[in-house]
Amino acid sequence: MADQTTNPIAFVAEGTIPPSPPPANQTGVVKWLRENLFSGVTNTILTVLSILLIYVLLKNTLPWILNGVWNADSLAQCREILDGKTGACFAVLTERWHQLIYGFKYPAEAYWRPNLAFVLMLVALAPVLFFDLPRKLLVFTALYPFIAFWLIWGGSILVPIVALLGFVAAGVVFQKLGRNSFAAGFFGAIVVALIVWNIGGALIPEGANEGAMLTAVPSRDLGGFMLNMMLGLTCVSLSVPLGIALALGRQSSMPLIKWVCVIFIEFIRGVPLITLLFVASVMLAYFFPPDSTVDLFLRVVIMITMFSAAYIAEVIRGGLAALPRGQYEAADSLGLDYPQAMRLIILPQALKISIPGIVNVAVGLFKDTTLVSVISMFDLVGMIRGPILASTEWNGVYWELLGFAALLFFVVCYGISQYSQWLERRLATDHR
Amino acid sequence: MKKSVILGVATVAGLAAGAATAGTVDDVKARGKLNCGVTTGLVGFAAPDANGEWKGFDVAVCRAVAAAVLGDASAVEFVPTTGKTRFTALASGEIDMLARNTTWTFSRDVDLKFEFVGVNYYDGQGFMVPKALGVSSAKELDGATVCIQTGTTTELNLADFFRSNNISYEPVPIETNAEAQQQYLAGACDVYTTDASGLAATRATFEDPSAHVLLPEIISKEPLGPLVRHGDHEWGDVVRWTLNALISAEELGVTSANIDEMAAGTNNPEVNRLLGTEGTLGEMLGLDADWAMKAIKSGGNYGEVFAQNIGEETPIGLARGLNAQWTDGGLLYSPPFR
Repeated sequence: MADQTTNPIAFVAEGTIPPSPPPANQTGVVKWLRENLFSGVTNTILTVLSILLIYVLLKNTLPWILNGVWNADSLAQCREILDGKTGACFAVLTERWHQLIYGFKYPAEAYWRPNLAFVLMLVALAPVLFFDLPRKLLVFTALYPFIAFWLIWGGSILVPIVALLGFVAAGVVFQKLGRNSFAAGFFGAIVVALIVWNIGGALIPEGANEGAMLTAVPSRDLGGFMLNMMLGLTCVSLSVPLGIALALGRQSSMPLIKWVCVIFIEFIRGVPLITLLFVASVMLAYFFPPDSTVDLFLRVVIMITMFSAAYIAEVIRGGLAALPRGQYEAADSLGLDYPQAMRLIILPQALKISIPGIVNVAVGLFKDTTLVSVISMFDLVGMIRGPILASTEWNGVYWELLGFAALLFFVVCYGISQYSQWLERRLATDHR
Repeated sequence: MKKSVILGVATVAGLAAGAATAGTVDDVKARGKLNCGVTTGLVGFAAPDANGEWKGFDVAVCRAVAAAVLGDASAVEFVPTTGKTRFTALASGEIDMLARNTTWTFSRDVDLKFEFVGVNYYDGQGFMVPKALGVSSAKELDGATVCIQTGTTTELNLADFFRSNNISYEPVPIETNAEAQQQYLAGACDVYTTDASGLAATRATFEDPSAHVLLPEIISKEPLGPLVRHGDHEWGDVVRWTLNALISAEELGVTSANIDEMAAGTNNPEVNRLLGTEGTLGEMLGLDADWAMKAIKSGGNYGEVFAQNIGEETPIGLARGLNAQWTDGGLLYSPPFR
């Protein structure tokens, strides 16, 4: 005790000790490396092997890419410039890029039209994809198909206007009649639309396409990645509503509707897409007289839409089946009729569950559009396999062209996939 | 698009029966365009260039026919067809003629109801080997591995050839020509076999074409020619004699360079008949008197077309071989213009 008085406390902390940095192996890059790459013997071996693999890959591909020749007239000239060194011949892309994007027959002075249609597409899609945007933008979305049709195919502006009027008239009739009876509204709308289209079609003068503001481009002249985009977008946007209708139809208690839907779905799913495409391009030609066939693009759109609608219908049926019985009963007990119950309670939940499946079908469908190359439509792959590889200048350039095609498809498909993940997070209202 | 649907549906009933009977010559003239079926792309034979213009050996036949009938070599709507869609496109009337390196066979002529109007290229199945192999004849290929496209007549021809020569081989089945090139270059097979023109075109794309040789043996007959539908003989005659005009022009020494001079009149009565300064051959076909002259002017005579598209000066570098005039020991032999 006495010690305490004679020996005052030797040390009193007058402030807090500054925090010392954590040990070197517990922080920063080192820690991350230790934890993630070298956390055990197996993982270390795997890491080293992976690094080796990446190194080998890069060692072989980087010189090929970096040495690439961007300016040459033919493969032979590329090889001359490379002079025995490894290197890609990207010159084929610089010389033929417009063919890869637009096909080889789309008039060059009209390239701005698909470009503009593409930009407008982004605007039209925005309110559909991102529902925080003002709802009024949907008016433009509704108009977009007609604008895009006019931009890409050109010709008389009367054709899309008549088509639009038919839809507007059908919508008005549905509003009027559909209030009392859905069936009356539905069939009345179809009849009115057909009447408007027939009268309008007859009113359009024969030579309307000549001297039109935008030169008419026949469907046969469309091609390249533009064709893939057009087919993909049209078919996905048509097949989702059709797929919903089919899925609901399959669950219907009315035997006729139920069996029509079941047979349609099972038949279409049981037939390969390529068979349907052959039917579209080859068999239908036998049923129509020469010179008055249904447009090839339209035939292909119908076939691909039917195909993907059957798949989407099954995906959505899965979503419907996943809803607890109580949700249906809750809707009934609130006194909602069938359309209201579906629109307000069942479908919002079922569609949310189905998003990954629908996106899966959409991505697959977009890639399946390359199958049209077998019926001699020049989509991106068709352009590569046909005209470009068959030209005397570029015969033998495979990696560069197919790599470019893969890159384009990857960008779009990855975009779709990222969007769907965002959508799922955005719609997540449950607490899992 | 919408309009064509409506029109299409409306006219189905009315036109279905009547459309097939009208003459193709009249149809083409009324339309002002020839619908000509070509391949979706085959090196040297038909492919669009960087400007989207169709070029090639088969394309030249289409252009010549268009020039003969319509007087304009560019009045052609080229309809690309694949091996699977080509015959239905012709049979359904979507195209007026097919010039798509199609082999003239019995069943296509008789059973599928087409009419081959002649032969514009005599092809045959050949072999390509690396020079380093030191082989100079296909008969020395005993025990070789052979890259071969599956499901084609070439596969059967190959089996026949090796069996009749009593030598053995090992097939390496591949699916497409592109795959075959890669396999062959990678050394997966000693020999690559397909049509000789295809071999030459393939070899032309190699980094070092001189390291590979085509063997002299040709083991099958592949006469390639343009064809039309059965039953419309006027149209068949037009296409047949346009092709013959190109062949005769070479034989008679009429080229695109001297044709104007010769059209003024020569001492050779056959040249005069061909070019329409004498006789009424054009009238008999239902065409202008100078139909053949326009056809020849569209791309030159047969020899010129050959040289421009697939001849020895081009990267494909095919020799005339069987496709030389009969006077030079080839098979080209046009009936006389009389």
